[in-house]
Amino acid sequence: MQKTFFKGILVIAALLLGQFTFASEKENEADGHGKDLKTEIKEYISHHLQDSHDFSLFSYTKENGEHKYVGFPLPVMLWDNGLKVFSSSKFHHGETLAEVDGNYYKLYHSKIYKTDAEGTINYDEDHHATNVKPLDFSITKNVVMIIVTGLLMLWLFTSLAKSYAKNNGIPTGAGRFFEPIVLYIRDDIARPNIGEKRYKKYMPFLLTIFFFIWFLNIFGLTPLGINVTGNIAITVSLALMTFVITNVTGTKDYWMHQIDPLGKSLPWYGKIPLYLILVPIEVLGLFIKPFSLLIRLYANMQAGHIVLMSLIGLMFIFKSWLGSPLSFGLAFAISLIEVLVALLQAYIFTMLSALYFGFASEEHEHDHEHEAEVAH
Amino acid sequence: MAKLLEEFSLGLFFWQTLLFGLLLFLLWKFAWKPILGAINDREEGIKNALDAAEEAKKEMQNVTADSEKLLKEARAEREAMLKEAREIKDKIVADAKEQAQVEGDKLVKQAQATIESEKKAAVADIKAQVANLSVDIAEKVIKEELSDKKKQQKLVQDMLGDIKLN
Repeated sequence: MQKTFFKGILVIAALLLGQFTFASEKENEADGHGKDLKTEIKEYISHHLQDSHDFSLFSYTKENGEHKYVGFPLPVMLWDNGLKVFSSSKFHHGETLAEVDGNYYKLYHSKIYKTDAEGTINYDEDHHATNVKPLDFSITKNVVMIIVTGLLMLWLFTSLAKSYAKNNGIPTGAGRFFEPIVLYIRDDIARPNIGEKRYKKYMPFLLTIFFFIWFLNIFGLTPLGINVTGNIAITVSLALMTFVITNVTGTKDYWMHQIDPLGKSLPWYGKIPLYLILVPIEVLGLFIKPFSLLIRLYANMQAGHIVLMSLIGLMFIFKSWLGSPLSFGLAFAISLIEVLVALLQAYIFTMLSALYFGFASEEHEHDHEHEAEVAH
Repeated sequence: MAKLLEEFSLGLFFWQTLLFGLLLFLLWKFAWKPILGAINDREEGIKNALDAAEEAKKEMQNVTADSEKLLKEARAEREAMLKEAREIKDKIVADAKEQAQVEGDKLVKQAQATIESEKKAAVADIKAQVANLSVDIAEKVIKEELSDKKKQQKLVQDMLGDIKLN
């Protein structure tokens, strides 16, 4: 009841804001900036959502029109007929070409392209750049955040482990907060979905992936706003690991189920027409499961960031006593929801991974029952 | 889809997979194993303690039941012993009484027999003495009577008269 009420308010507010936006857009155009504010915000958001080659905290424009970035550069590593390592400060945030060993590289829409000395970018008819993209293994902002999160987790959980050893198995400090979560993952995610006998070998993966996604989601909500889990490469990697573990640990029963889903419940001649449909579905399901995992996490985090930043952007578009506080209030409410979503997405990813592991490691007891029935 | 492919960065994928794999390995070895181990040990400990408490409780109950049983047995034994003693006493008393009766009877009989025989002897003695005395008296009387002829006559007459009466 409360939820629907809240949703109603959001919808009404969004509609009202749409009107205001339309009105203020025209004013901005009249102001006569080079780019209107709306486009600038849009570009800023889409830039923020992507990975970047330098760690910028914020930027501002000086009175003389010069963009000033506050942050630090990160190492760029390219494989272009040999490994090329240089600092991203050479790009000056995409404003200049980087010249390394006689090759010229240009940062264009957060991607590095090989160009000629003038930095020309060639386009095809769909307005995609056709320049050569060297293999980019740079330590980007997202990689830095992964390392930071990894170190944080290592420090947190090894110290928790040490506190257990020291205090005779009783958690202290932060452990009192994290232990119930660890127990929850064990007792309410792993045990019911995988089964009492086999859940133990999956526990380290489930725990790592849960805290990894959760911490990165939360980092995404800090003012740094680094969108790691909303990056498709990250979610592909995470889902791929679930996929590999599912199929590597799959039992004979699991594989038999893929190619013979109905088992002994039907004679072979009855199966043929059904299996023309069933087997492709089962095999497709193998890939759809991890694919849904990666899209779900990616889309949720991406959408959360877009909505949040759009609402923050609206404050600057409105510049009015009514609209700006309203969009601030909305942004605040949405960020609270995002805190929940951050936890929820980590939970869902872990839960579904556990569910898939459970399917794969299951030994079908009902098959044996059928055999027993036949024998009687 | 094209946008997703455009966004996909092989470098980031590579780093993510590598770093996550490393993180998983390190956490597995240095965090999750000891943490889950410690939690498991603690739970086992709690379970064992509870089991032990339950066991102790059961044992305590057993001990109480045992002692009660022992007490009951002891009581029953005492009762039995008392009963037996009473029976023995009764028997002894009864036996004694009977024996006394028998002995008494015997003594009485003996006494009676003795008395009887004494009486018989005495009667016999008295008879003998009476006979002697009677003979003596008769002798004296006869002597006296026979000294006078008349009297002798009269005697014979009396005697003859007696016989007639018979």
